[in-house]
This record gives sequence, C-alpha cells and structure tokens, in this order.
Amino acid sequence: MATSVLDKAPAAHATAPTGIWSWITTVDHKRIGILYGATAFLFFLIGGLEALFMRIQLMKPDNDFVSPEMFNALFTMHGTTMIFLGVMPLSAMFFNYFIPLQIGARDVAFPRLNAFSYWVFLLGGLFINFSWLLNAAPNAGWFGYANLTSNQYSPGLNTDFWVLGLQILGVASMAAAINFFVTIVNLRAPGMRMLRMPMFTWMSFITQILLLLAFPVITIALVFLMMDRHFGTHFFLPEGGGDPVLWQHLFWIFGHPEVYILILPAFGIVSEVLPVFSRKPLFGYTAMVFSGAFIAFLGFGVWSHHMFATGMGPFADSFFALSTMLIAVPTGVKIFNWIGTLWGGSLQMKTPLYFAVGMVAMFIIGGLSGVMHSSPPADLQQTDSYFVVAHFHYVLFGGSIFGLTAGAYYWFPKMFGRMLNETIGKWHFWLMFIGFNVTFFPMHFLGLNGMPRRVYTYPEGLNFEFWNQVQTWGSILLGVSMLVFIYNMWKAARGPANAPADPWRGATLEWLIPSPPQEFNFGTVPPVGSSTPAWDLRRANGGPLQEPAPESGEGIHMPRPSYWPVVTAFGVLGVIGSILFTHAFPQWYLITITGAAILIYGIYRWAFEPAF
Amino acid sequence: MVTSTGTLRRLARFAPAVCLLVLLGCAENYPQTTLAPRGDFARLVDDLFRTTVWWAVLVFVLVEGVLLFAIFKFKGRPDDPEPRQTHGSTVLEVAWTIIPAFILAAIAVPTVKTIFKTSDYATGDVVQIEVIGHQWWWEFRYPDLGVVTANEMHVPVGKTVNLRMTTFDVLHSFWVPQFAGKRDVFPGRYNPLWFKAEVTGTFSGTCAEFCGTQHARMMFKVISESQEEFDAWVSRQRVGSPLVNGGRIAPADSAAPADTTRPAPPAAPDSLERAGIALFNSTGCIGCHSMVGTPTAGILKMTGPNLTHVGSRSTIVAGFLANTPENLAKWLSNPDSVKQGTLMKLPRKLTDAEVAALVAYLRSHQ
Repeated sequence: MATSVLDKAPAAHATAPTGIWSWITTVDHKRIGILYGATAFLFFLIGGLEALFMRIQLMKPDNDFVSPEMFNALFTMHGTTMIFLGVMPLSAMFFNYFIPLQIGARDVAFPRLNAFSYWVFLLGGLFINFSWLLNAAPNAGWFGYANLTSNQYSPGLNTDFWVLGLQILGVASMAAAINFFVTIVNLRAPGMRMLRMPMFTWMSFITQILLLLAFPVITIALVFLMMDRHFGTHFFLPEGGGDPVLWQHLFWIFGHPEVYILILPAFGIVSEVLPVFSRKPLFGYTAMVFSGAFIAFLGFGVWSHHMFATGMGPFADSFFALSTMLIAVPTGVKIFNWIGTLWGGSLQMKTPLYFAVGMVAMFIIGGLSGVMHSSPPADLQQTDSYFVVAHFHYVLFGGSIFGLTAGAYYWFPKMFGRMLNETIGKWHFWLMFIGFNVTFFPMHFLGLNGMPRRVYTYPEGLNFEFWNQVQTWGSILLGVSMLVFIYNMWKAARGPANAPADPWRGATLEWLIPSPPQEFNFGTVPPVGSSTPAWDLRRANGGPLQEPAPESGEGIHMPRPSYWPVVTAFGVLGVIGSILFTHAFPQWYLITITGAAILIYGIYRWAFEPAF
Repeated sequence: MVTSTGTLRRLARFAPAVCLLVLLGCAENYPQTTLAPRGDFARLVDDLFRTTVWWAVLVFVLVEGVLLFAIFKFKGRPDDPEPRQTHGSTVLEVAWTIIPAFILAAIAVPTVKTIFKTSDYATGDVVQIEVIGHQWWWEFRYPDLGVVTANEMHVPVGKTVNLRMTTFDVLHSFWVPQFAGKRDVFPGRYNPLWFKAEVTGTFSGTCAEFCGTQHARMMFKVISESQEEFDAWVSRQRVGSPLVNGGRIAPADSAAPADTTRPAPPAAPDSLERAGIALFNSTGCIGCHSMVGTPTAGILKMTGPNLTHVGSRSTIVAGFLANTPENLAKWLSNPDSVKQGTLMKLPRKLTDAEVAALVAYLRSHQ
C-alpha cells in the first residue's frame, strides 16, 4: 500500500476499542461488516415472521387470521424486506468483512463512505418499517406495478413509504458498490492478478458492477413514480398519456439483474467452501469467472421474461425466451464445475459443506423450473401462480440463503474467534433443508393446479387446502431451524475463544491472520502467486503453518473514526423522507431544506476532516 | 463408498419426480388446474409444458444423482492425504456447455412455434367477447350478440371465442387455466386471447395479477354449453341489455312497457318486488349499476356490474358466493363484512325488510 504521504502522520489511531460510540464512529470494514450482519439478520427475522403470518393465514380456506389489507402489506413487506434489508445486506456483511481480507488490504478504499453506506441502509430500513407503526405499511407488492401505485388507487402513505424507502436504500447500495469496486480494482495485494482473485471476491466484483448498472434504473423509475404521486406528472398514468407498461420495463431492467445481485455472492461463497472442504482447488476457475461474468451480462437482456403475459407480441416474446434459455448455459457450467470440484476430493463433512452442497442441490431445482417458464406459452400458465413462488424461493432461499448460511458457518470463526458447534450446525442444516422443501416444493403443485399468487385467501372447493396446510407446517419447521441457528451463535458467544487462525485448512489470505483479525488486518501483506495463496504457503512449509502471533501494528496508520458519515446519512434521510409530507402540509419543503443543509454540512466537514 | 442408507437417500431424491408423475395423474381433482386442458389453447401450452418437464426431470435425476454419488463416494477423513489436485478440464467444459445448449434448443424450437400460434387474435368463425377487468369483478360483453354480463362467461362448446381484453381501472389478468394461459389487461389498450372449449361444463377462472385489496376474490366462471343452450342464453340475456335498443325492452320481446327508462313495476309484480325496485332507485344502487327498467338501463360504463338477469347467474360477489337468497341478503346487509374493501358502498344501513325486498326484486330478474 502507498505510504509515502503518511510519513508525517501522528501515531496510529486505533478505533475507540469499546462502547457504543466506538461503533457509531467506526470506519473499520470489519466492524461495519458486523453491523451490517447484525442489522440484516434482524430484518431477515422480521421478514421471516411476516412470511409465517402469511402461512398461518393460508392454512385453511376463507381464513380470517389477518385482514386482506394486512395480508397485502405482509407480502409486500416480506418481499421488500428479504431482498433489500435481508439478503442484499447479508451479502454486504461478507463484502465488507472479507473482500479486504481476501485481497490482502487493510481496509476498503473509502472507509468513511463505507460507514455512510451502513448508516443510510439502517435509516432506510427503519424508515420503511416505521410505516407499520402508522398502520401504513406498503401494500402494492414489492414490484409496485403501475397504475395500482397511483394516488387514485393507493391514496395512503403506504406507497410513499415504499418509494422513498427504496430510494434511501438505493443511495446506500450505490455508495457501497462504488466503494467495493474501487477497492477490488486498486487495493489487491502484490501478485494478486485479476485471475488470481478468490472466487468470492470475483463474484462480489461482478455483483458491484451489476449494482452500479441496475440501481440507476430503479432510481429513475422511482423518481418518475414519486413525481406522478406528488408533483402531477403522468409517466405511468394512462389518463394523462402515460403507460403502466413502462413501469414494468424499467422495474425489470433493474429487477432481473437484482436477482443476480442476490445470487452471485452466494455463488462466490459456495465456490470458496467447496474447494476448501474437498481439499482440492476449484474446478475450472477460469470457466467459473467467465460464466459469472456472462450470467451478469445476459442478466441485462432477459428482463421481459417477467412480462410474457403482458402481450408484447411474438417477436419480443421469442427474443426474451431465447436469451433466457441462453442464461441457463453458463449457470449449468457453474453447477457442473461445483460437482467437478467435489469429484475426486477428500470431502470434510463439516457444516459449511452441508450448506454449500444443499445450495447446489436446491439451486438445480430452481434453475430447472426457471427453464420451464423461459418458454412464454408455458409461462402463461405459470406466471403469477404459486409455481413461480416455488421457483424463486428455490433460487433465493435454496440458493442465496443456503449459500449465505454456508458462508456464516465458514467465516464465523474468523469474524468472532469462536467455532460454531458442529452437531447443532448439522441439526440446523437438516431442519432447514427439510423445512424448506416441505414449505416450497408443494408450491409447484399448487401453482400448476391453478393457485394464483398474492391472494390473501382461497375458496373451498379448489382443493388447495391440503398442500397449503403442509406448507404451513414446513414453514414452522423453517422457523425452528432459525431458532437453532440463533442458539448456536448464542452458545458460541458465551463459549471460549477457541477458533484458530485457520480452522478449515483455508486457501485464501484471510486464514493467514488471527481470528478475529487485528484492526489493520495484515502486518505484512503475504505474497500471492496463485488463487490459493494460503495453500501455497502451507505446501512450501511442508505442513500446517504456525499460529500467527498478534502483531504490534507499530507504524501502521489506520483511518480515524468519524461521525460525519452518520450526520450525512441523516441528511439523506431528511431530503428523501421529506417528500412523505407533501400532502400533509404546504411547508413540507422546509424539511427538505433542513435535510439538505445537514447533508451539505456533513459532506463539508467530512471532506476537510483529516483522514488519519 | 456407497452405503445402503446412501442408496436409500439417493432413491428418496427421486421423490419429487415421483410426486410429479402422481401430480400429472391426479390433476382432475383440481377444478382450476393447468394440467388437464379442456381447450385448444391450453392444450398447446400443455404439450410444451410436458416437453420441458420431461427434459427437466431427466436433467434433475442425472445432475442430482451425480452430485449425491460424489458426496458419498468421496467422503474423506481429516487425516487423509491430500487428494489429487485437478484444476479443470477443457474437454469437460466444452461438453457441459454444448450438451445443455442442445437440450435448450429442443425446448426453444417448439417454444417459438407455439409463441407464433398463440400471440394474436383468432380469425374465422368466432364468437367475439370483450373482457373488462374491474376492481374486483369481471365484465363480459358480446358486442355482436348484444349481451352484457358479469363474472360468468357463456361460450358455445367447440367454437372458438375471441377475447378482446382491457380494464376499467388497474391491471388485472384473465385466467381460465383449463382453457388458456393468462393474459394481463391494461387501461386504454386491448390484449388478445382465444380458446375453443372442447367439452361442456363449468370452469373456474380467476384474476392473476395483483390488483389491490380484494385481488383474491376476483373469480369468475366460464360455462361451456351446446350451441342451442348458448343461443337460448343469448336470447334471454338480450332482453334489456344496454347493447340492445339502449336497454329498452321492445314490445315484441316481452309484455313489459316499451319505454322502461322510467321506473316501472316488473311484469308480474308482487308487493315485495315493487318495494325492491323503489329501493333500488332511491337508495343509490342505480348510481353504480345498470339495470333494466331503471334510468341506467342503457348505460355501459358503470362502476358496478350490470344487474339485468342477475338472478340467472350461479354465483354473486365475483364468484365468491352461491347465488342464493340467503347469500344475497348477507351481501346486501353489509357488503364490507363479506368482501372487505369492496367498492360497493351502501348509502345507509338497510333494514331486514328492505334487504328482503331488494333480494326478491333482484332474484326476479332471471
């Protein structure tokens, strides 16, 4: 790392070691990663509770456990929460904690921007969930199809909370994406060429590119919608010459890459776990990199397969059908290479491997049902039915959540210096695996037998009750599996700090430093000559490496803690959140101006604050 | 090593495929199933679906089988020596790129063919029907036959019906799984769909695009009947239809007075029905409903369904309740308790006697 400008810097600033203030002002990527993880896990549990309430409502026909309005809010918030507040920030936890460690860096490129991302994310998540307290939770679906979202058909604050909340969260995502992109491009250890990067870093890198290209589209779409709702425009309103179909195109040009934003980090995690627990390198490293890149590229050319029922005409339908089918090819390459990695290995049957293999096995099912509705005429029967609900839960739960859980078991020792219990971990796996399949596999049957999505109830006589009841029991099992996971983490937190630097014979740089790492990560950055530098060192040593001793950190300058990112984040909340009040009182813009003042002052102080 | 439990587990993994076979077999138990097509459009889709399903099952069994085999075969111990370090294989990469591409081509070719068969309106000798989605019910108009009805579409068996579909308010999606795939409807735009019923009977349909509070209770029926029955239904429905003579009943059609735009007693009045029509006019029903014998008889663009011949429908409240006097009374007493959020608003609470009069009046319109 360049250090010439630091010659005259004062002694190293350690982040204030403890206390709530140390967390509020931290710019350490590891602490921010933990903040992301803890916050996202809480939101994830809230999203799970929302799902459980829906499952209880659907347990029997014509049930009245929740009202129709409440059910619509539950599924809207379940989708919104799981995507923007659960899976994306859980991935962000791993980006934060492990991208710098895997590339041998001392922090991300812009540590304060990183803190800013987290605080904006937290405020956005609280903002959108605050709607529950006002009995105005978003209820027009996570996809928010126009013109149901217009003032005429959604008069309350519900849709405003959704529009503005997503806008705030988008700021956090964009800031984080720029940060990680720059970090990966610029801060790699000497010798770590692009094609020597660990696969998790590679897939994260591709994810950042997707974020950078996809989020501006949803930002624009949300601005249009906000203008329609508050400032009298007609982008999506047919009575003013607008077009509701435009919303669908904009939404899915964002929405489909978003699917890959949710799944590629999990692909990356699985590509780390499988080689380590097979004790042989990832099969087809280069093919894995390029198939990931190809999936991301094609991901921008398939959006209209979400819209086959809109009547786009035969040529558009054919184009999007073929491009969608094409995307199955690189996805298949990934799956085959994962199996190739396992093949001929010496499989260490630890919990991370269970979850990683579970991810591969479940993702295959999600992929195959995806191919089934890549065919537009077939999709006319499947879209907006429970078949699609089954499909994307196999992708996003069977894929993303299983993958992220594999990552949690794999990296927990590194993050907290404690091992998770293996026996409890396997109970967690089997409960989750069985609960997941009992919950979601029957949805294929229900969808093909005519049960539409997003219905708060169904009548007797269509024979939907049996499988719905089975699914509800499955979802309760899933809930229990989460409790087992929480118990495992709680038990580890109370247990001794028993994790060595490298509990799994890891291949990448993060396993060469103590668990948890010291604030500056690496005293000296190790040499990198391949994509498995830790294995290279282990081989050169002729056996396991010595447990690394803590280093003094003398002469290493770490960035100074700062509260300006938090202040600036509140400015963002004020500017965007103020739009909520346009219909409430005529001086609403005073809130915007106050927010803007805080924002500008925060940026000003941030810019002129010494970084070290 | 492959143990006997391993074999069992491997067999258990085929369970989904077995389930699928069972599912395809017992679809008849599901009145809204996509798997037992009874119309030509649904049959085209079903053929395509079955092609993809068998490919998917094949790939599923092979890939999951190899995955499981690898897991049991290559189980290692912590102190085992390091396995052979393989980095990849160009031959394999090429193979597992090309083979899936061929399988996808086998799906793509019939897909594109079917797309071109199913995208446009049907031509030739067809029955034209306009479908209009409303929050939360369906309006069906037969412009050539002069029929306007709600939530129950009658079609002649063996004859293609051509649907021209739009919406009165927000997006909806028209879906009768046994006859055709779904198609969304948009304001200010018409979307095509067609199907030919192969058998007679009553078939379930529903809205498949989220459209607000009562999306779940936006169901409808398609009644497929012989040409004679269909013709008889049409001639009954034409009486007082807004599309025929502006809703006025011509003297030749019935014994009713020629000009029925003014309130007039029904043909065979008893006191209850007479009270009903007075209530219908005075309590605001006519604000939203078109109805023969009232000032709204000839108006097409109303918020609520056309109630002329409501007594002849088998269900009320968008397919939710059987059309019985008790259910109709329940609905009229408190619509919001039956269908929370419904746009049907009563200007005031009706007494039981008023409800009974309205029930008698509405049910007399067969």
